[in-house]
Amino acid sequence: MISTRAARHLPAVITILLALMLTLVPLPKALAPFRPDWVALILIYWAMTAPSSYNVGTAWLIGIFLDVAQGTLLGQHALALCVVVYITIKFHLLMRVFPLLQLTATVFALLALHQFLLFWINGVTAVTAPAISYWAPVIIGSIVWPFLSMFLTGVRFRAQTGN
Amino acid sequence: MLSSQSDRSRLARIPALGLRALALVSLSILLMVLDHRDNHLDAVRRAISAAVYPLQIVVAAPTRFGVWVRDAGATRNELRLQNSRLKVERLLTNARLQRFTALEAENDRLRELLEARRQVRGEVRIAEIIAVDANPYRHNLVIAIGQQDGVYDGQAIVDVNGVVGQIVEVGLMTAQAILISDPDHALPVEVNRNGLRTVAFGTGEFDRLELPFLPNNADIRAGDLLVTSGLGGTFPSGYPVAIVANVTRIPQEPFADVTATPAAALNQVREVMLIWSASPAVESADEAND
Repeated sequence: MISTRAARHLPAVITILLALMLTLVPLPKALAPFRPDWVALILIYWAMTAPSSYNVGTAWLIGIFLDVAQGTLLGQHALALCVVVYITIKFHLLMRVFPLLQLTATVFALLALHQFLLFWINGVTAVTAPAISYWAPVIIGSIVWPFLSMFLTGVRFRAQTGN
Repeated sequence: MLSSQSDRSRLARIPALGLRALALVSLSILLMVLDHRDNHLDAVRRAISAAVYPLQIVVAAPTRFGVWVRDAGATRNELRLQNSRLKVERLLTNARLQRFTALEAENDRLRELLEARRQVRGEVRIAEIIAVDANPYRHNLVIAIGQQDGVYDGQAIVDVNGVVGQIVEVGLMTAQAILISDPDHALPVEVNRNGLRTVAFGTGEFDRLELPFLPNNADIRAGDLLVTSGLGGTFPSGYPVAIVANVTRIPQEPFADVTATPAAALNQVREVMLIWSASPAVESADEAND
């Protein structure tokens, strides 16, 4: 029983870890502002498909991890991810039946909200306001989303049929 | 289909999702306030950073591997060239060092004559950088030594050419440092030529520092070397920081527009040196002896 349960969680755990790594991996200076928000994307996906297993608590924990790893204010990413995942779960039944284009637009809005929250917190704590390229991850993230969601659905399907 | 149905039945069992989200959001706000006001949460951060450490190691592995491959793949010819170049360099450095020792002794003697306090020389240790630019808008880096090795908050970091930054957060086996080019960083410096004191601010660009508090008639010009003045208390004095790149004097403005180029290659370093300057207690003891 435990082993099947562990197997059920395996795809999510591995993809979340991968997302954390992709967020931390050093990129060349020119590319760094265009790094999509991997963690937010992955958490939106799992909150949409399995909200009972991965909800606000998961998002909050991962956010705290991210805050420590990036040296940002403790709780900043936690709050942003928490809010994004909460909204995703509120609308997850709707999002599941959205056509891909509409879903991508929704994800765009969620990513924008995520970036906005981080921006506001930065503003309140007087971390210097960044340039226009600060919003690039939102656009890149939305472009990445269709491929990511297709890939993750494939992974999930395979994991289910494997058992 | 089956999975979505079972999800739906399980959905009812997420107890009070809204309440939970609200609680977590309030908790985050509380954490942020505590973290922002004072460093109340250093212990918490340290504990979590120990958990993040393996992730950072894995992430840094490809770059380390790349460096290893490059070293291992270097041809005999390249190595010979490098070897001869290093020999020449060593010869030159040694020659300069001989003069330096003599000068140092002379300096000490003169200081004694002037009854000035002897300068403290810090201990130095090399540390490897395991992660850079965790966030493109904050110039900081993570190095592979931490609390275990006696690293402390505010410790100065230099590379072979000059000052790189200072430690802002100490984990168990890693430490986070802020670079002098970070927009939030300011560093007390003086012009090496005439001792003019000022403050160098980071701009968010790796190759530019700003010196906003110099009046129009200040004696500063392009090419001047800026060194740490040691007045801020964190940095030992006399380390090169930057070279003045550009001085623009605008008659109707109170301050001149001065920019400088950091001496250290801030975005290219792989190893940095940490300086343990003598602690205040030791310094005061020195003073008592004098």
